[in-house]
Amino acid sequence: MSTDMKQTHGIDPDVIPRSLESTNLSDEDHCIRVRDLNLYYGETQALKNISMDIARRRVTAFIGPSGCGKSTLLRCFNRMNDLVGSVRIEGSIELDGEEINAKTVQVAQLRQRVGMVFQKPNPFPKSIYENVAYGLRLQGIKSRRTLDDIIEKALRGAALWDEVKDRLHDNALGMSGGQQQRLVIARAIAVEPEVLLLDEPASALDPISTLKIEELIDELKDKYTILIVTHNMQQAARVSDYTAFMYLGKLIEYGATNKIFTNPGEKMTEDYVTGRYG
Amino acid sequence: MDNLNLGQHISRRYNEELEDVRNRVLAMGGLVEQQLLNAMAALENKDASLAQQVVSNDLQVNAMEVAIDEECNTILARRQPAASDLRLVTAVIKTITDLERIGDEAERIARMAYDLADEERVNRLFTQIHHLGQHARLLLRGALDAFAHLDTEKAVATWNEDRKVDREYEALLRELMTYMMQDADSIPFVLKTIFAARAIERIGDRAGNICEYVIYLVKGKDVRHTRLLEEGVPGDD
Repeated sequence: MSTDMKQTHGIDPDVIPRSLESTNLSDEDHCIRVRDLNLYYGETQALKNISMDIARRRVTAFIGPSGCGKSTLLRCFNRMNDLVGSVRIEGSIELDGEEINAKTVQVAQLRQRVGMVFQKPNPFPKSIYENVAYGLRLQGIKSRRTLDDIIEKALRGAALWDEVKDRLHDNALGMSGGQQQRLVIARAIAVEPEVLLLDEPASALDPISTLKIEELIDELKDKYTILIVTHNMQQAARVSDYTAFMYLGKLIEYGATNKIFTNPGEKMTEDYVTGRYG
Repeated sequence: MDNLNLGQHISRRYNEELEDVRNRVLAMGGLVEQQLLNAMAALENKDASLAQQVVSNDLQVNAMEVAIDEECNTILARRQPAASDLRLVTAVIKTITDLERIGDEAERIARMAYDLADEERVNRLFTQIHHLGQHARLLLRGALDAFAHLDTEKAVATWNEDRKVDREYEALLRELMTYMMQDADSIPFVLKTIFAARAIERIGDRAGNICEYVIYLVKGKDVRHTRLLEEGVPGDD
């Protein structure tokens, strides 16, 4: 092949589309802004100087070994740590530009905007219908028709409607684990939050139920900003747009999931995602 | 990230699998290099039986490609490799494709050698073919060394060296054309020589491809179809 031919066929590296989706964090609209966040459980510092911007209507995954602080960080976003007596938090967390730890913020309202789903499905020992209606009733919605509409919408949103529409008044505890988890997600989205926090949402489920949850996450990100903590790295790789790797309370690396799983910038990240001794 | 560390997985078996696949690529590379060497020797020494041996040994090259591909698929399915491990597996899959094609080119040269074994006129032209073949072999050796030692400097140097082979090939083509114009009877013979030269030149290009995979493996940077390598080893992304 002649050298001249090679040159005419040379492609400007900047022009090659590297991926179909935009994965540049700085181009995103940021929903949550964390600055210099430090968190102490008594004497122990669990989060060290965390600063990060979370992209709106994207899935951000938090990975890292047990005890790295990822669940603690997740719980900061809807002030679940308030429930722990000895906790002290420094730094700022803004949701849509508003400091969530400010005294004026009502925690109940914050948790309506920032819903949370835990590792173990925790439906109330009530009917499927009443589980989803619970938050709505707390908001003072009484109209049966309004409730029916919202509940159907939430159950459809959680990809559960077709499986339960004929038994809405059965006890939720009779459902499978995977269904219960999707019910809990329906309960969370019924109150129309902006942000969904998922703490190991699929780790207690079988592989097929796990895939259904992952599929659901993919659908939900059109409407919600989703933050997911997971021990399953392949799950983080599958569902997230951005990945944050944490270690010993520090945010080691944070960036596009594609980059973290193909060419991470930090050796610690590399060791973790490839399963090496750090 | 430089200094790729391919061992130290928590799973010892996984270390062994990655190490094994790498060793097999090097073994395949060694065999392909030998094939090229033998094909060139057959051409230069008019050794028809050596040429035949090259043709039959190509089956072994093909079998190695299939076996390594299968091993890579197994690793992908069972280990879900990430980061440098993933880049290693994809680089291996691409490298063995190019190695197999280099094997095919060697076989093609051997077939020409077989056809030209009774030819009287060959000597003068063969000095240049010999030179081109030596050069291509050095490129292949350079690419395999770069792969073995994850040496990006070597990969870039080898990649740039391929440009010289391209120019030598063009010079040879011009000479062969003159030859054909001067002596129409020589055309069938010269054409065969051109096919052999063309095969050698392609080997240089494929060695250059392998160098690009080495850069990708070590640096995580895809330099194909760019001019980045003309400027030396690309930085970390």
